[in-house]
Amino acid sequence: MTTTERPADSDDLRSPAGNPLGFGRMLRKEDARFLRGHGRYVDDVVLPGMLHGAILRSPYAHARILSVDTTAADAHPGVKAVITGKTLEGLNLAWMPTLSGDVTAVLATDKVRFQGQEVAFVIADDEYTARDALELVDVEYEPLPAVVDARHALDPDAPVIRDDLDGRTDNHIYDWEAGDAEACEAAFARADVVVAEDMIYPRVHPAPMETCGSVAYMDKVTGKLTVWTTTQAPHAHRTVYALVAGLPEHKIQIISPDIGGGFGNKVGIYPGYVLSIVGSIVTGAPVKWMEDRSENLMSTSFARDYHMHGEIAATKDGKILALRVNVLADHGAFNGVAQPTKFPAGFFHVFTGSYDYPAAHCKVTAVYTNKALGGVAYACSFRITEAVYLVERMVDCLAFELKMDPAELRMKNLLRPEQFPYTSPTGWVYDSGDYPRALAEAMRIAGYDELRKEQAERRAAAARPGADPSAPLMGIGLSFFTEAVGAGPRKHMDILGLGMADGCELRLHPTGKAQLRLSVQTQGQGHETTFAQIVSHVIGIPPEDIEVLHGDTDNTPFGLGTYGSRSTPVSGAAAAVAAQRVKEKARIVAAAALECSVEDLEWEHGRWYVRGDPESAKTMAELAMAAHSALELPEGVEGHLDASVVYDPPNLTYPFGAYICVVDVDPQTGAVKVRRFIAVDDCGPRINPMIVEGQVHGGLADGVGMALMEVIAFDSDGNNLGGSFMDYLLPTSMECPSWELGMTVTPSPHHPIGVKGVGESATVGSPAAVVNAVLDALGLRHADMPFTPAMTWRAMQGRPMRPDLAIE
Amino acid sequence: MRISVRVNGDEASGDVEPRLLLVHYLRQTLGLTGTHWGCDTSNCGACTVLLDGVPVKSCTVLAVMADGHAVTTVEGLATSDGLDPVQEGFMQEHGLQCGFCTPGMMLTARALLDRDPDPDEATIREAISGNLCRCTGYENIVRAIRWAAGHPAAEVAKEASL
Repeated sequence: MTTTERPADSDDLRSPAGNPLGFGRMLRKEDARFLRGHGRYVDDVVLPGMLHGAILRSPYAHARILSVDTTAADAHPGVKAVITGKTLEGLNLAWMPTLSGDVTAVLATDKVRFQGQEVAFVIADDEYTARDALELVDVEYEPLPAVVDARHALDPDAPVIRDDLDGRTDNHIYDWEAGDAEACEAAFARADVVVAEDMIYPRVHPAPMETCGSVAYMDKVTGKLTVWTTTQAPHAHRTVYALVAGLPEHKIQIISPDIGGGFGNKVGIYPGYVLSIVGSIVTGAPVKWMEDRSENLMSTSFARDYHMHGEIAATKDGKILALRVNVLADHGAFNGVAQPTKFPAGFFHVFTGSYDYPAAHCKVTAVYTNKALGGVAYACSFRITEAVYLVERMVDCLAFELKMDPAELRMKNLLRPEQFPYTSPTGWVYDSGDYPRALAEAMRIAGYDELRKEQAERRAAAARPGADPSAPLMGIGLSFFTEAVGAGPRKHMDILGLGMADGCELRLHPTGKAQLRLSVQTQGQGHETTFAQIVSHVIGIPPEDIEVLHGDTDNTPFGLGTYGSRSTPVSGAAAAVAAQRVKEKARIVAAAALECSVEDLEWEHGRWYVRGDPESAKTMAELAMAAHSALELPEGVEGHLDASVVYDPPNLTYPFGAYICVVDVDPQTGAVKVRRFIAVDDCGPRINPMIVEGQVHGGLADGVGMALMEVIAFDSDGNNLGGSFMDYLLPTSMECPSWELGMTVTPSPHHPIGVKGVGESATVGSPAAVVNAVLDALGLRHADMPFTPAMTWRAMQGRPMRPDLAIE
Repeated sequence: MRISVRVNGDEASGDVEPRLLLVHYLRQTLGLTGTHWGCDTSNCGACTVLLDGVPVKSCTVLAVMADGHAVTTVEGLATSDGLDPVQEGFMQEHGLQCGFCTPGMMLTARALLDRDPDPDEATIREAISGNLCRCTGYENIVRAIRWAAGHPAAEVAKEASL
């Protein structure tokens, strides 16, 4: 199916407003406010007497702070307070824990450890005044040599970045392994072909259109702290504030109103958030802090920065035997990765991918450098983006060496449907899949054989004497991905000790209208629509009659938030289970109302009726009223129709897909044009196909961005070279082709409604397809992304550049 | 400096600092928060408004430069007859997700349709190339603008009133 043929709605039944009573294409409920400019983002929050904060940041990547003099800033008209590391030390707040067991500075006290690090916070009547006064804070620095290249972070003479940590004598964070090294060794020993390759997944940034910020107000009379903040995880933030600052958790309310994109950037807690809270405590007034774009790019969670050495072993006819990889992970100056505690490298060890081979091993070594912290962000599914890039590049490298068509090589090695549930060599249990069908569907939409034929003709033409030297070089790239999303089972997964189960509450009002309260937080994914459809699917009331509430910790149950494509797999399951419980309770009410036993009742979408007598029936709306009425219910059955659920997923879900990219490279400039992009996704049943397609579109643009232009590089002094949108390039409408989508549907066997999650699929799967296409065009086995014209040109000349450093 | 600006048809006047950016004048002075701020460098287009019908990035226009001119923001797109076809198109074709780029994107689209009522895909892509979107991959934005081109204002208003 292509996008030009709209998918048929899965539920034929329609509500009075014309919406599907369940799954199907439905216009978004949240659009009404956004279209009119009535969205309410954090920067739109204005409170009486509100002050504005601005952060002074380090110009150096590594320097000792000798002194901070705030005299002139304090004296500036309109300035209400200037907070420094010293102020915070007095409050025991100069440092805070990261989500990975490290600490990070709120405001630097001893040293600055990356360019853009927070040094002082000025609070003033308005933002202009606050920023003026930043100029008046006098900081004396003693610059120190910076660790910029991760590959030299462990050199014996490398400066020690984290001398704040007792006994620390190097920049090593951890070594972590998964898989079976010995089995790998044996497989490599009997292989006909071994291919090794070094590759960098460079540092990139999620760069949501809305930057990060917060408005904090500590009401000293009631003792209540209210924080409007750009967070994907409001409940987790509340608990962390309680733990860090010792504030009573029942007196903290976190509100994440409309969020202008997250992509992982808004999971962590940034110093600015804490400073707005401290600022409100110090001044007694509400304090707003909104970072500017440079602050966002230079100081908040970056993504990737994995230096990978992969080795793949195979027979001469292309059967893969083993894959192993060594990773050098650049975590920046503090280990601030946001991921489940037991997995320091995230889910990278799902790197065996979508293929059937018995042996795999990975080792990850993480180091400190003088760069911003982060690492898991940008729709990466906890590092599965890096994992998929690694395996999909290695498979293409193998195809290159074997001179085999990469589609044929993939088809030969893909897991077969009968192997599911499949236990991977590194211990993951893939729930369901039909991989060959998805790849075949992508090849069908692409017209793969014709594309290869066209490519052969173009190459033949280019080889003829007198050929046009400007004729584009055509490349075709494939990737196949398997994701592991919906973190996660409580016994395996937690963040800061908080298990990753999600709460959900469904309440039907007497008139049959409903409210659904979620712990997850939309950043554009359309939860207000999709979750209403999930409930409608189960109990048959119109989705327009279901109000979805989220983003306010005082009014929603606990849960860890939206990232790692976990909303539908975890909270979606919670909503479905809550609806199922309401449906079953309604059955008891119906039996009482119809004076029959519950066993005599049959369900028809939206109503219970007496078997054999369809006219004796009660709709959900009637049952909601009955449940609130004086109707006598069986002993032990309370009135009302509601349910409260905590969903602990039994396993992750494993969406997958097959992507094909076609590029044309200008041989005279190195410019890459994406001609076509075909994406076949299998995320299980599609609750709202329109929203699913939108999620895929966005992720594909991310992939084009990372493959062709996005990178945060540094010079030898540690200066950030991607600190504005003039330097950190995002794809525009001109670089994106018209996406060609397809689908297969393989339900998850363990999810209550079979759905798998899709938010990050395309971001995970697409970069490798674009890179494989560019390298196919150039006839090269490997060169590192992003393929800017300069990078591509240098690769074509046989002098590839490192993308991450502005030094040769 | 004292300025007088016609914003969405209404006259606004008052004293502003000469350095005040138009985006801040709209958001903070007039409370029109539908115009968003995204980058400082005129790259992202979240702050796009129409100045005498022409799209400008209000983060790089001073409020004083708008003195004596007409500004249209997203709050001024809909009329008493209903949504602008561009707004309706963005809803029908799922041309928005997080909604942050949407006001600027729609105003750029409105200006395009005012000068070219029936643009093809390439024209649309070029017209919106100064407006970044991180969510949609632009596909449905292009479709939304095509939808608007196919549904002139009178028709949308008539359907809305039915």
